[in-house]
Amino acid sequence: MSKPKHIPQNTLLYVDGVTKSFDGFKALNSLSLIMEPGEMRAIIGPNGAGKTTMMDVITGKLRPDEGIVMFEQDIDLTQHDEAEIANLGIGRKFQKPSVIENLTVFENLELALSGGRGVFQSLLHKLSNQSFGRIEEVLELIRLQDKRSWLAGSLSHGQKQWLEIGMLIMQEPRLLLIDEPAAGMTDEETALTAELFKQLAQDHSLVVVEHDMDFVKALDCPVTVLHEGSVLAQGTLEQVQQNQQVIEVYLGR
Amino acid sequence: MSRSIIVSFLMRDKVGNALLAVLLALAIIVPFCSLVFEPGDTFYLSSYWVTLLGKYLCYALLAVAVDLVWGYCGILSLGHGAFFALGGYAMGMYLMRQIGERGVYANPLLPDFMVFLNWTELPWYWQGFDMFGFAMLMVLLVPGALAFLFGFLAFRSRVTGVYLSIITQALTYALMLAFFRNDMGFGGNNGLTDFKDILGFNLQHPGTRAALFSLSALALAGGYLLCRFIVNSKLGRVLIAIRDSESRTRFIGYRVERFKLFVFVVSAMLAGVAGALYVPQVGIINPGEFAPLNSIESIVWVAVGGRGTLFGAIFGAWMVNFGKTWFTGAFPELWLFFLGGLFVVTTLWLPKGVVGLSAQLSKMRRSKAASVAVSEKSPVQAQAVEAEPQPQQASQVAPEPEQQAEPTPKNLDQGAANV
Ligand SMILES: Nc1ncnc2c1ncn2[C@@H]1O[C@H](COP(=O)(O)OP(=O)(O)OP(=O)(O)O)[C@@H](O)[C@H]1O
Ligand SMILES: [Mg+2]
Repeated sequence: MSKPKHIPQNTLLYVDGVTKSFDGFKALNSLSLIMEPGEMRAIIGPNGAGKTTMMDVITGKLRPDEGIVMFEQDIDLTQHDEAEIANLGIGRKFQKPSVIENLTVFENLELALSGGRGVFQSLLHKLSNQSFGRIEEVLELIRLQDKRSWLAGSLSHGQKQWLEIGMLIMQEPRLLLIDEPAAGMTDEETALTAELFKQLAQDHSLVVVEHDMDFVKALDCPVTVLHEGSVLAQGTLEQVQQNQQVIEVYLGR
Repeated sequence: MSRSIIVSFLMRDKVGNALLAVLLALAIIVPFCSLVFEPGDTFYLSSYWVTLLGKYLCYALLAVAVDLVWGYCGILSLGHGAFFALGGYAMGMYLMRQIGERGVYANPLLPDFMVFLNWTELPWYWQGFDMFGFAMLMVLLVPGALAFLFGFLAFRSRVTGVYLSIITQALTYALMLAFFRNDMGFGGNNGLTDFKDILGFNLQHPGTRAALFSLSALALAGGYLLCRFIVNSKLGRVLIAIRDSESRTRFIGYRVERFKLFVFVVSAMLAGVAGALYVPQVGIINPGEFAPLNSIESIVWVAVGGRGTLFGAIFGAWMVNFGKTWFTGAFPELWLFFLGGLFVVTTLWLPKGVVGLSAQLSKMRRSKAASVAVSEKSPVQAQAVEAEPQPQQASQVAPEPEQQAEPTPKNLDQGAANV
């Protein structure tokens, strides 16, 4: 795939004309999306709109049938696998919380700590005081200090979500793709999560998929509506909520 | 290394160090009983027993190798017997070449079976096996290289689960068929046997047998230490992550296939060493060692002992093989049914093996005590909270007994350490 010339300067993620079908069903249909550094974007859309599939394509889990997916203007993500893309600086939180259940909270964060991804590096890895301090910071951020030695499998659903967000932060990615973070959280936890994301947005780019409109509102960021694999509308939450098409397919159901 | 890791290391050490002490003691006591005492003495151990116990040590080393890939990384290899047999053949080839003119045909260069096949020169792949050092290198390199090639292809193509198990099984089966062929040059059906001596020491001599026993004990201790070092490093935690959630591990940025390849090769080499120590003790290596059943048996040992603990694999190998020795003496034709039944019972009621059972029992005991929650915490936690009672944690753990009771490598160790 040749590098398109028109990718604007200062673009972190450039997705254009991406199509992905499963047995003829187009889960993504000529999808386009541009993210700038330091931008936070909420993605909403009905079930099956293709939100998770979009993340799969960006993170290398799926190869698009056609279309362009570029990171930092000149890295063609369709040519890299999951691990490479993670190391390029794209972190992902899954829809279903996925932490390593048989490791402790601390060990989960240690595993995600950026750097030292090689086999022999891991074998001889020693946690520096600096890294230890970093893990402590994140433990505090995700409010799991007193559960650091718990097995991740014994956390509540909401706590697992937070642990996974913490793991994402440990990776020090430039772009965070976060799939339905508020699912299974209490209202209080949801509000705290929105706060955390706004804080993260100061020095990261975030793509947040969410169904919970109060949460999206709290994020207070531009919203993209996906429907049947392509972008239906874009704008502030108020704008898209007033969009007639959006009301028909999604909000007004 | 993080503090929590050091503590878990120490907890693990209790059982592990006891095991190492037992192995060292065995390495001294068994030769002592065999060589110092006379037949008829209470403490006398005949060569039969020394050899039998030596075999169990080799099996235990194979079990540790299987546990490293299966228990920690989730790779259910049903072909580890192949690596064991290849290590055994490499040793067997050295022993064959030591026979020299003492063979039936008194050919200084060619082993008997080659003379019998009217071969006139030594095949290229038999070159160098007269040198002990070279042969020992091959004990490591041949299984290692096969594991590397196989793992490279399988893991890169992301073959996992039952498909991987099936092709590992096919691998050992294919090797068995190949080694049965006379023209392969490994003695065909009969394999390699009639060994005379090793490094100049007569293999029938009780002293040689005792030395081989001690070497096996040391090799098992060394293999155990190596695997323990691996699983206690960050690499070990990556392995657990791969076992629990392979795709998650990829998205964190680890190249899963490389980690799998690494442990698979290390494990194959350990299996090779086990096979190499086994052959001079039993005095024969034949294609039957490649039989798929052997690989499956090694899985049963690990399952029975308790996967993901290393020492559980050793206990499992010993228990099942003691059982087998007794059983095949008493009811030879029933052994396979018993083995199958054992596997079913373990899978259904003892998912974490015998080591897990003791953990389960101690958990049941403790769950009756009022202080359940605090003691249910994984061992590393005890350190993190500086052993001070934390009521809010206690109340949060208590409603989730089934989750906490889920034995993991860590609380398994704790349970075992409490026995
Ligand atoms: N691997 C797959 N094979 C076949 N169909 C798939 C696959 N993955 C996704 N789909 C289909 O593609 C469509 C888009 O799925 P996707 O998971 O991206 O939706 P979503 O927007 O994330 O929905 P939700 O809000 O329910 O999470 C759905 O109709 C889904 O059934
Ligand atoms: Mg989804």
